[in-house]
Amino acid sequence: MVGMTAATSSAGRDLFTTVTSRIDAAAAINGSPSFVAMLGRIYDPTSLGNTSLIKLTTFGAATLGVVASMLVVRHTRREEENGRLELLGAAVVGRQAALAAALIVTLGTMLVIGALTSLALVATGLPTGGAWAFGMAWAATGMTFAAIAAVAAQLTMSARSANAIALGSLGLFYALRAIGDTVGTADEPAIWSWLSPIGWGQQVRAFAGDRVGVLGYPIGATVVILAVAFVLASRRDLGAGLLPDRAGAPMAPPSLTTPLGLAWRLQRGPFLGWVVGYLMLGFLTGNLAASVGSFASTDQLRDLIRRLGGTQVLTDAFVAYMFGFTACLTAAYSITVALRLRAEEESGLAEQMLATSVHRRTWLASHVTIAVGGATVLSLVAGLSAGIANAMRTGVGSDVAGAVAASVVYLPAIWVITGLAVALFGYLPRASSSAWGVLVAIFLLDELGALLGLPVWARDLSPFAHIPRLPGNAMTWTPLVILTALALGLLAAGVLRFRRRDLTTA
Amino acid sequence: MNMAIIATGLVKNFGSARALDGLDLAVAAGEVHGFLGPNGAGKSTTLRILLGLLKADSGAVTVLGGNPWTDAVELHRRMAYVPGDVALWPSLTGGEVIDLLGRLRGGLNPTRRKDLLDRFDLDPTKKTRAYSKGNRQKVALIAALASDVELLLLDEPTAGLDPLMESSFREYIREERVQGRTVLLSSHILAEAEALSDRVSIIRNGRIVETGSLAQMRHVTRTSLTATLRGVPDGLTGLPGLHNLAVDGTTLTCEVDAVALDGLLSRLASIGVVSLSCQPPTLEDLFLRHYASTTTS
Repeated sequence: MVGMTAATSSAGRDLFTTVTSRIDAAAAINGSPSFVAMLGRIYDPTSLGNTSLIKLTTFGAATLGVVASMLVVRHTRREEENGRLELLGAAVVGRQAALAAALIVTLGTMLVIGALTSLALVATGLPTGGAWAFGMAWAATGMTFAAIAAVAAQLTMSARSANAIALGSLGLFYALRAIGDTVGTADEPAIWSWLSPIGWGQQVRAFAGDRVGVLGYPIGATVVILAVAFVLASRRDLGAGLLPDRAGAPMAPPSLTTPLGLAWRLQRGPFLGWVVGYLMLGFLTGNLAASVGSFASTDQLRDLIRRLGGTQVLTDAFVAYMFGFTACLTAAYSITVALRLRAEEESGLAEQMLATSVHRRTWLASHVTIAVGGATVLSLVAGLSAGIANAMRTGVGSDVAGAVAASVVYLPAIWVITGLAVALFGYLPRASSSAWGVLVAIFLLDELGALLGLPVWARDLSPFAHIPRLPGNAMTWTPLVILTALALGLLAAGVLRFRRRDLTTA
Repeated sequence: MNMAIIATGLVKNFGSARALDGLDLAVAAGEVHGFLGPNGAGKSTTLRILLGLLKADSGAVTVLGGNPWTDAVELHRRMAYVPGDVALWPSLTGGEVIDLLGRLRGGLNPTRRKDLLDRFDLDPTKKTRAYSKGNRQKVALIAALASDVELLLLDEPTAGLDPLMESSFREYIREERVQGRTVLLSSHILAEAEALSDRVSIIRNGRIVETGSLAQMRHVTRTSLTATLRGVPDGLTGLPGLHNLAVDGTTLTCEVDAVALDGLLSRLASIGVVSLSCQPPTLEDLFLRHYASTTTS
C-alpha cells in the first residue's frame, strides 16, 4: 500500500507538471458523474497532491477497510471457530482480552500504514502537512472499519458471515460517498457523504485545505462502535452469535450427490457475490470508456493511458487497461477457490471424502472446475456488462462483442495462475498459500512496470504481459495457445502428484 | 478362514519420527476386532494406511482382498470409516452430511438412517457448526452405520459420546456382528473393547505387542479394588489371581483378575465389608505396569 502511494505520487508529479494540466484534469474528472462516483471530487485543482492521489484517496481507503475488517474477523471469529479461543479462554485470560488483542493489532497496523504512507509522500516531495493529513485520514478510516468488523464478529456465528457483514457495510459506505459526491456541488458534497467513513476520510481534503478537524468524526465513531463491540462481547457466550442460526434441511437435495455438487454448494454464495461485483465493475468501465477522451486532456495523460493500454486509440486503451486489472481480480478469485483444496485437506474434510468411493482426481477436479469455470463466467460477465454499458452510452451496438473478447482473452493467463495454485497444492501443500505471493508479484509487475518503465524481460515474467491488448491491437493466438498449454501442464502436474502423495494435515 | 485385513511388516516414517515399526495385523471376516493402544502409538496411522490415505514405506497390506493404495475407490464402496477427529462442512446440516457421505459411498439404507437418528437422538436440521463435538461424531457414526458395507473402520468412535449413546452404540455393533459385518474398532478404552471385541490387538510404539482373544489375554483384564473392612484382612496374600496387595490397617488395595474376583469378594464378605470400590483398569495403567519395565530392563 505504501509503495503504491509513493509510486503514484512520483508518477503524478511527472504527469501533472504544470498547474494548468492539473486544472484541466480536475475539471474533466469533476465534470463526469461516473468518475466522481468512482473516485471522488478533486477539491483543489492546483494542488499536485490532491490531483495525483485522487484514485488512492477513496480506493485506498476502501482497501484499508478490507484489510482492517479481515484482520479483526480472523483474530476473533475464526479463532473461536477453531477452538483456539476456547483454549485461551480456559487459561487466565479475560473474556474480552481476545477482542482487545485483535483490535490492538489491527488499530496498530492502521496507524503504522498511515504513518509510513505519510513519510513516503513527504519523501516524494509533497508538502508535509498534507502528507500527514493523507496518512492519518487513511488510518482513521481503517480504524472505523476495524470497529465495525468487531461488532460484526459479535453478531454472527461464523467467520464467513462476519466478513460478509463487514465487507457489505464497506460497500454500502462506499456507495453512500459516491452518491454524496455526485449529488453535491463542486465545493461540498451532499449529506450522504457525511454518513460514510470513506466520505470522512475524503473530506479531510489532504493537500487541499488539510481539514484535520474532520478526523474527529472517524475517531469518535471508532470509539463509540468499539464500546458497543465490547458490551456485546461481554454478554454473549463463546462461540455463539447474537443472531441465531437458521435451521436447515433434514435431507440432502438431489444436487448434493457428487463431489462437484458439493463443491458448487460450498462456493455458490461467494461466487454470486463476485458476479454482482463484476456486473457493477463492468458497467462502470463501459460507462467511463465513452468519456475518457474528455478526461484525458493533456498529452502526457493520454500517453500514459496509451502506454498502459498498449494502443493508440484512447478509448480502446482505457478498456484494455481496465480489463487487465479485472483479470488480476479474477485470478485472485480462482486462487481462493483452488486453495479450498488445501483448507479441506488440513481440516480433515478431504480425508472423509477420500475414504468414500471418490477418486482423488475426481475430488480435485471438482474444485478446479469451479475455479476455472467461475473465472470464465466472471470474465464473460465483465465483458458483457462493459460492452452493454458502452453501447448504451454511445448508441453503437457492434462493440459489445469486442468488449467481451477483450475481457475473455485474458483467460489463459488466469488459468496459468490457477494451475500454479494446483501444482503447489500437489507438490508443496504446506506452501499452497504462496500462490498469493506470486499473484501480488505479478500484479505489481503489471501495474508498476508500465509506470516505472521496467525492462521487457522482467515484465514478460507475468503471464498477463503476453495477452494481446484488445480492442485495438491485433489478435495473436500463439501466446494464448502456449499459456493454455502451460496451464494444462501445471494442472496435470498437480493432479498426478496429489494422487501419489500422502494426505497431510500438518 | 476368510481374512478381511492382513498387514505384515508395515513401516511408516514421518520425517525422522517412526510411526509404525513393523506392524502385523490380521482381522478375520465377520469378527469385531479391538485395536488398542495409548495415544500416539500408531492406531490412526494404521487406519489411514488401510484406507489408502497414506502409503506405507515398506510392508504388505491387503484389505478385503485388494490393495488399499491402488484399489482404493472400489474397496471404499465396501468400507465405511469414522475418523477420530470429525470435521464437517459448517454450512451443511447434519442430515445433509449423512446423505452426502452415504451417496458418495454408494447408498444409504433409509430405514436404518431413520432408526439411527432416533436411537442416537440427533437433530438433522441443525447446521454442523452448531453441533457439539459429540454430535458431530454422531453424524459420522450414523453415516457409517446406515450404509450397507462389509467392513467398518472406527477410530475412537465413542470418545465424545455420553453413556446413554455409548450403550446405543454397543447395541448397534452387536447387531452388526450378527449380520456378519467386520468391525475394526480402535480405542484406548479397555472396557469398551472388552464389551464388544472378539479379538484384540494391542499396539505400542508402532508394533503389535499382544494379539488374541480377551479370554487369552485374561491378565490384562484386572480390576483395581479398594476395600475398608471390619477386621484386619489377612490370609489373603496367597490367593491366586491377586496382585499388588497393599494392606493399611483395615484398608486394603489390590488388583485382582476377573476370574478370581468372586473368590476374593466372598473372603472379604466373611471378614465384613464397610466400603468397597472397584475400578476397571485403563490401558494406560496396564502399559505403565506391564511394559514400562521392559524399557528399563
